[in-house]
Amino acid sequence: MTELPHPPASSAAPLQPAADDAPPFDLLAGRSFDPSGPLDPTGHLRGRQRLSRIMQAIQTGSAIVALAVLAIVIYSVAAHGAGALSVGFFTQSPPVNPEGAGGGIAPELVGTVLLMIVATAIALPTGILIALYLTEFAPPKVASALRLILDLLNGVPTILIGLVLFGLLVAGHGETGFYASLALAIIMLPLIARAAQEMLLLVPTGMREAADALGVTRWRTVRGVVLPSAIGGILTATILAVARAAGETAPLILLSDVFGRAVTFGIFGQALPNIPVYILEASEQASRYGFARAWGAAFVLLAFIALASLGGRVLMARSRAKLVQ
Amino acid sequence: MSGGSGSLSPALGPAAAARGPWSAGRARGTKTDRFGDALLKSLCAAASLLAVVILGAIFYQVLDGASAAFSQLGIGFLVHEVWQPNFGHFGAATFIYGTVVVSLVTMVIAVPLAISIGLYLSTTASGRVRSVVGPLVEMLAAIPSVILGFWGLIVLAPFLQAHAEPFLHSTLGFLPLFGKGETTGLGLFTASLILTIMVVPIVAAISRDLFLTVPKDLQDGAIALGATRWEVVRGVILPSAASGVVAAAFLGLGRALGEAIATLQVIGGGNFIHASLFGTGGTLASRIAEDALGTPYALQLSAVFYLGAILLAMELVLNLAAQAIMRRFDAFSAVAAR
Repeated sequence: MTELPHPPASSAAPLQPAADDAPPFDLLAGRSFDPSGPLDPTGHLRGRQRLSRIMQAIQTGSAIVALAVLAIVIYSVAAHGAGALSVGFFTQSPPVNPEGAGGGIAPELVGTVLLMIVATAIALPTGILIALYLTEFAPPKVASALRLILDLLNGVPTILIGLVLFGLLVAGHGETGFYASLALAIIMLPLIARAAQEMLLLVPTGMREAADALGVTRWRTVRGVVLPSAIGGILTATILAVARAAGETAPLILLSDVFGRAVTFGIFGQALPNIPVYILEASEQASRYGFARAWGAAFVLLAFIALASLGGRVLMARSRAKLVQ
Repeated sequence: MSGGSGSLSPALGPAAAARGPWSAGRARGTKTDRFGDALLKSLCAAASLLAVVILGAIFYQVLDGASAAFSQLGIGFLVHEVWQPNFGHFGAATFIYGTVVVSLVTMVIAVPLAISIGLYLSTTASGRVRSVVGPLVEMLAAIPSVILGFWGLIVLAPFLQAHAEPFLHSTLGFLPLFGKGETTGLGLFTASLILTIMVVPIVAAISRDLFLTVPKDLQDGAIALGATRWEVVRGVILPSAASGVVAAAFLGLGRALGEAIATLQVIGGGNFIHASLFGTGGTLASRIAEDALGTPYALQLSAVFYLGAILLAMELVLNLAAQAIMRRFDAFSAVAAR
């Protein structure tokens, strides 16, 4: 490296007043500036703003793509499925020959409703108790570990839940609707527990403290104060969990997929007909009439799920707002 | 409820009355209260323990079911390509390959799309549009996989076979990845697209929530310095939410890995590795579902559990990583929000 030049010699020069022969320092040198002109960006700034607009257009486009896919799927299901709907579709059994015309999905409809009722009856109380443990009783470290467990349980592929119950209960004994309900309950459990925990956390601490100050014991506080204020949100979360589990197919193909054509009410002892497995099997068979019934069944299932999840969402916002205010 | 007003009640009985009004009321209340507290607490603890037991049982059962196949087929199971249960050939390589390829293609399409939607919902869209478009995008995640798979089989696959695949093959066909397609349109590519539809709403919803937690002060500061909207996104929002977005992508990937039914319907059920994306194949989850539909032989069932164990290990790693990042992120954003 050569030695740097002595600083004062170079830096002193600009500080001196400009000599008369030097051109005056001019911001606008080389540019034409019209103060009365429009304030449009020029040069580099214009490029940056153009890039910004392009990126925003890409974002809007992505959202439009997602909405378009949703619209196409719903349109396909509605267009193919609406034609299959009739009174008989809801009251009759599928035809003896699965590739034949006519018939309905009454057994599947009844079976899916039964499966969901039993699964909810198992998952809802258990989920609420877990949420209560998380918010009211557990020490912070235990609560954090339990939340992790619930999140991991939520991440287990549903087909594996079916596979485990198949190996544990079905292999060598036969399928029953109850096992399918158990699998659905395991799928719903972490969803209900985490959502219930969030609703319980929204219950103002002041209400708990007021109960404490009156000498009310913990369980009476839970029963009289905490649960009543959170129960609306918890039930809404349950609706959302039901919407999620109602279309769940993977565990059912292992636990409740060999069923007859009759409307079945007994959940113990035999497999229950259900809509998801019906759609899957019809889609594997490649017959025109089977497809038509499968589209009809898909339409019924999708309509229920759309109503439940949109309605649940509206109710959820309402009960959340009630707690937060 | 449990106060000391017992002296006014004649129902307390003579024994309680003899001990004086206050002690009587308190004695009764304390007993019920203590019992109720203990009962509620133990019920809650039992329910929580049940969740732990369920998770433990799932892991134990999957490993236990796989043990027979593991002792017979060994670690070579992972690299054998052929899956022909009738001949006693079991190999997971086709399905591991299928899982990896399908997940990669899915993530390559889904993550940029989902981040872009997340940005739209958190920055670009106005409040009213946001409150309509957001739930609709999440609606995509609510479509049951069996319906999406059915739609993919009947509507999407013929369309891809007729239009998209010939186009991709003719423009990018010099890559073996875009080789000649099947006549049905079923295959790895179709499965990736169906999984993309399932993954996008999940990642988009999480990343929107993440972007909304980026402190407004930082964004306002950037705007005050003359940054354009995109520069705020690139310079402030994306960097501070980046790790969270990675976690969201992991969660989405976990969903894609574990989806069995829709994949089964559109992947075409191939038993060999094809170089082309348009060829048939299988993922771990779809093979489990496919063999579960039949009645598997003893060793086949154990081999299916072996596939399940591989899948479970993948899911565990992904979910733990996502949770670790999310928790750090939660702590970070809690600090930032203060």
